[in-house]
Amino acid sequence: MDFSWINSFGNELLHGLGITLKLLALSGVFGFLLAVLVALGRLSSNPLISAPLRAYTAVFGGTPLLVQIYILYYGVGSVFASYPLIRGSFLWPYLREGFWYVALALILCVGAYVGEVLRGALRAVPRGELEAARAFGMKRLMVLRRVWLPRALELVKPTLVGETVLLLKATALASTVAVTDLLGAANLVRAQTLRVYEPLLAVAVIYIVLAFVIEHVFSRWGKVPQRQA
Amino acid sequence: MNPVTPVVAIDALHKSYAAHHVLKGISLRANEGDVVSLIGSSGSGKSTLLRCINLLEIPCSGSLRINGEEVRLKKDRAGNPLIADPDQVARLRTQLGMVFQSFNLWPHRTVLENVIEAPVYVLGEDRKDAIAHAEHLLEKVGLASKRDAFPAFLSGGQQQRVAIARALAMRPRVLLMDEPTSALDPELVGEVLKVIQGIAEEGRTMILVTHEMAFARDVSSKVMFLHQGLVEEEGTPQQVFQNPTSERCRQFVMAQDNRV
Repeated sequence: MDFSWINSFGNELLHGLGITLKLLALSGVFGFLLAVLVALGRLSSNPLISAPLRAYTAVFGGTPLLVQIYILYYGVGSVFASYPLIRGSFLWPYLREGFWYVALALILCVGAYVGEVLRGALRAVPRGELEAARAFGMKRLMVLRRVWLPRALELVKPTLVGETVLLLKATALASTVAVTDLLGAANLVRAQTLRVYEPLLAVAVIYIVLAFVIEHVFSRWGKVPQRQA
Repeated sequence: MNPVTPVVAIDALHKSYAAHHVLKGISLRANEGDVVSLIGSSGSGKSTLLRCINLLEIPCSGSLRINGEEVRLKKDRAGNPLIADPDQVARLRTQLGMVFQSFNLWPHRTVLENVIEAPVYVLGEDRKDAIAHAEHLLEKVGLASKRDAFPAFLSGGQQQRVAIARALAMRPRVLLMDEPTSALDPELVGEVLKVIQGIAEEGRTMILVTHEMAFARDVSSKVMFLHQGLVEEEGTPQQVFQNPTSERCRQFVMAQDNRV
């Protein structure tokens, strides 16, 4: 085992860690917001809203994330590249970057998966608690914000922790489209030092630590004590 | 002289679910300070009637006035009743305290948070004032020491007392109670009834659905006996319990008396 390369490649690893965390934060936050909208939309009695969302969750829940990333990056990305108007626009520096395609794919994926989880959770909140909220004069948005959503999140908190850790691990797919996230940085080190395992082991440890931190952060959120079964 | 405006006035109210006709033209008046008890066997429509008052059920026809203000209703294309103006209903609901059979406290909030929730977020009351009021109310229902507990850690009777405090925190014009003791163990019924009795004696307007006949007799100013979606008998507790003119009401009251 030789970890002496860390001295010369520490910056690359740190930069990669930054990219990984950025992907996680972006897709976590925006994916979650999307998921709330998807869940509510799927619960809508209006088929013009619920049917397209059902198709969306089926497509993004039913295809591998890697395929989605490839389609967005190689497919949509190359279509963009063929239009001079887009190539010339101020957005091109972003549209050229694999990072944004990966971020988008992750957001869409989280929206589909977590949207389904939330839909179930929203349905599981007892009707009477929502009736109480309405009976006290709360309007729809306030019922959602103060009672329905917080209750639903409480119900699926462990699942959401798991989804966040899964999301962290999914960000590693970014390295397949030339984004130097944490795994991408490790691959860079491997290519330049010809050491096969040590860089991988190093980032594996970092992923474990991050997963631990995520679980720890979540366990502090929410204060309703668990009743023993 | 102006006639007194009833707090709740219902006229010829009908409610059906598809082919099932639950309420068949009911009228009810509750004036300031009245305690109106709705009694009757299961399926007679008393809970539905109560839930129509705060629009948790939407009447199919008839009129409903809260403090003289007519609730505006409409129909969708299929003929189902709808609330015409959700803002109006939300506003009127703040004057109608509701206590449910199954308590329906919000389990993700502490006792105190349950009580101040609607005053702070719906009425926009100052948080400090709301807390002071809530503490006073919790004192009144005998649960001051439980203010920071979560509902899941309380007995049914305690939860229902919190629910009563939560309803009172809105300073409602009228308190609606839907079988407030029916989900409780027999030994917990007493503590809740005592609290309700105390509130009734303060002169608070109440409309209450109950199976506790002795209680209805003691606290009510008016008792209505519902049968198959109609008011079969109504009057003072004395009239309804001692001299009912309707045969069905007499049987119902007697059956309750013999229960022991």
